[in-house]
This record gives sequence, structure tokens and C-alpha cells, in this order.
Amino acid sequence: MEDIQEFSEIKFQGIKINYLYICKRKLWLFSKNITFESTSDKVLLGKVLHEYSYPKENTKEVLIDNLIMIDILSDGSIREVKYSSKMKEADIMQVMYYLYYLKQKGIQKQGIINYPKEKRKEVLKLTPEYEEKVKQALKEIEEITTKSIPPPAQKQKICKSCAYFEFCWG
Amino acid sequence: MQKSLYLTSNGRLKRHENTLYFEIGDEKRAIDIENVEQIHIFGEVDLNTKALNYISQYGIILHFYNYYGFYTGSFLPRKKNVSGDVVVRQALHYLDREKRLFLAYCFVESAVYHMMRNLRERKEAEAFLIAIEDEWEKGRFNISNIAELMGLEGRIRNIYYQSFNQFLPDDFAMEKREKRPPTNPINALISFGNSLIYSHTLSQIYQTQLDPSISFLHEPSEKRFSLSLDISEIFKPLIVDTVIFKLLNNRQLELEHFDEDLNYCYLNQEGKKIFLKEFQNKLETTVRHRQLNRNVSYKGFIRLECYKLIKHFIGDQIYSPLRAWW
Repeated sequence: MEDIQEFSEIKFQGIKINYLYICKRKLWLFSKNITFESTSDKVLLGKVLHEYSYPKENTKEVLIDNLIMIDILSDGSIREVKYSSKMKEADIMQVMYYLYYLKQKGIQKQGIINYPKEKRKEVLKLTPEYEEKVKQALKEIEEITTKSIPPPAQKQKICKSCAYFEFCWG
Repeated sequence: MQKSLYLTSNGRLKRHENTLYFEIGDEKRAIDIENVEQIHIFGEVDLNTKALNYISQYGIILHFYNYYGFYTGSFLPRKKNVSGDVVVRQALHYLDREKRLFLAYCFVESAVYHMMRNLRERKEAEAFLIAIEDEWEKGRFNISNIAELMGLEGRIRNIYYQSFNQFLPDDFAMEKREKRPPTNPINALISFGNSLIYSHTLSQIYQTQLDPSISFLHEPSEKRFSLSLDISEIFKPLIVDTVIFKLLNNRQLELEHFDEDLNYCYLNQEGKKIFLKEFQNKLETTVRHRQLNRNVSYKGFIRLECYKLIKHFIGDQIYSPLRAWW
């Protein structure tokens, strides 16, 4: 019960969990709607991939509670489609969050991450350890996004392919 | 790079199925809508809501200009990237006297820097450069409000425009800067160029979360999107003036490219085409950016100024205006 109460207080879009593991500054900016995705070719590539992969699935892009977007929903699993496996940890945590979210609603599923370009997939089950990790992540997102100024920019390898690159470093 | 399209002919913008066409009489030109960011309309152009709806799906901005090349207004599609947080903080910087003056000063400082940069290599203008430096050094530490800052900027701009007579061809002499209406060719060019930089800056602001109506140097109560006027100050000497110098000194624009009505002077269609071509070349010219280690176009530099302002408003990094280092 305590768990559910706590959960209902902090709910976030799945992409925020993903960003938490990629770049905390990006997470903060995104939470303030400061986004530059519309100008990024990389983002466009991702969109096209989502559109053209798995054309036979008819439960694509299912929005739950107006909050989390499941790429593909089927009987036993939820599937997330990603462009590359470079950010695997972030991808795993995003799916774990979805599994955790569904579990709170009494739905048990397994998660699959598809990397169609690499012809690879990752099958995930929500373990108690991951559940704990998700809860920690939600708290951390809460802390970061309620700060009044963004975390300072820190140069990482991935910066150069980020839609925020010119914003952070220009 | 997303392109700017300039329509100087008369015609019709038309959507037919999933293609946008510009029709001139019987000729039909398809527009590559995926790669267009903005369309500048100088001719007599018809369009209907079907075309507008299609254009706005792609987030394309339409800028309209009247017969004389003066900016009329813009069609801005519904804004997608809105951040209430940024707007509130932008407004706070306007309301706080000190904070507002800081930003206003930044815009003027950068504008003056670029004016001096334009004169630096010209021996004929040396006396004017020294006069501007004097005026700036004398005035800049004694500014306590926007009006004084505007006054200083006005005095510097006067000296700056007078210096043009020293290095531009004689038939393009200017007695003084006149805006409404421009009565001689050089004033007509400056007005035309400033209209263009205004609309291009608006396009860049529009792609970000900034609110174009909250400004610092200019009053937000001015009729226009005055943040665009603020940021334009930086780029007028850097882009517009250098384009003018090049076109006149290379004799690409001659007096025959201007029409005069009573006490009114403006570029004719041929003149506009020549100017627009060179202007667009300039916007697309790239410079190696030292921090980004990437080539950035002049248009890109306008966008970077917007980014720097957002960072300033959200308390991330204090704004430091562009000073062209190349």
C-alpha cells in the first residue's frame, strides 16, 4: 500500500528515466520543455525507424494513462524499439520502469527491447533488484527536475550526436 | 541545412496532393517542402488555406513584404516548442531594471563591436573609427538607463553611417540615415536589409522557446516582435552592411537597380534578386566555431544567440553576446 501511494506521487514519462541515465542536464531541460528534438536528424531517423519497423503489429504506440508510451504491446510482453544499443543501460531502465508501472496496475508482463538495425533483442524481467533501482531512479528524477537551475554541462562522448549539443556548447 | 525560399515573382502557392507548387502563369515549380524552413514572399502571391495548412504541418514560416520590399508580417504556424518556464524567466529579466539594462547593453556592445569591425580594415574610414571608439569609451560607463543607452547607440550609428561615404562609390553617397521613407539608394538598401534580418531573426527565435515579444533594448510595447529587433542589432552590421559593401564596391548593384517615386527610393525587382542572392549566400557562409569545433553558418550564429539567451534566463550561463572573432 505504501508502495502504491508513493508511486502515485511520482510518475514520469518513460523517456525521463532514459535521460536520467544518459544526461541529467538533458533531463532537466526536457522537463522544462526546452527541447530541440525537432531540429535533430538523429531524432528523425529514430522516428522513421519506429514507423517502418514491425509493420504487422497492430498494437503500436499505445499510450497508457496519458503518460507512458509503449512501442508495441502484445499478450505476454511490451516491446521497446531502439535505434542502437549504445545506451543499453538507459534502455533497460526505461523498460523496467514500464514493467514496474504496469505491475502497480496489476499487470504482469515481460519486456523486450528490439534493436532492429542490429537484429538483436533483449528480453527483460522485472526483478526485485530492478524494482528497487526504478524507485531510486524516480526519486532522483524528482530531485533533479525540481531544481531551479540545470545541472552544468559535462562533456561526454555522446554530446556530439545529441540534439542539445549546440545549445550546451555554443 | 533547411533552406530559405525567396519568391520575387508573382504567382500562386498551391498544394496539389502532397506537393507544394509555386505556379507562375503556366509554369509549375515543385517546392521541396521537407527542406524549407521559411518562405519570403516579395511578389504578388495568391494562396489558400489548403496551402497554408499544408505549409504549417511542416512548421514553415511565411514572411510577407510589400511592393517596396518592406516587411509586412509573418504567418507563424502553431508553435510546438513552448516552455512556460522559459517565458516566465524571460519576463523576470525584463521586469528587473538591472537585469534588463545588462541585456540591452550586451546587444549594443555587440552591435558597436561589429560596426568597428567593419571599419577596421578601411584606411579611408580611420577617423570615423576613432570617433566611434571615443564615443563608446566615453559613454559606456555612464549609462544608468535604457534611454541613455539608446542615445549613445544613436550617436555611434550616426558616425558609422557617415563613414560609408568614405569607401562606397560616389553615386551612393548618403547625407543621413532616413528610414521612412528612404529617399536615396543607400538608405533603401539598409532598410531592405534590415527588414530581411528582422524576419530571419524572428524565424530563428521561433524555433526556440523564447518569446519574441519580450525584449530588453527595445520596448516590448513596440508594434513588432521586439526581441527580434534586439537580436537583429548584433547582425545588422555583421550581415546586412557587409552585403551592401560587397554589392556596391563590386558594382553588382548600380543606380539602375533602383526606382524612385516622388521622395521614395527602393530596389526594383532585378535589384532585389541580386541583393537576396548575396544575402542568402552570406547567411549560408560558415565559420569554424571554436567551442563547438564545427562549422556554423551566419544563420546558425543567430540561433546560437537565442540559445545563449535561454541559458541566461534559466540561470545556466551568463549571456555574452557574439563578437565575431574571424
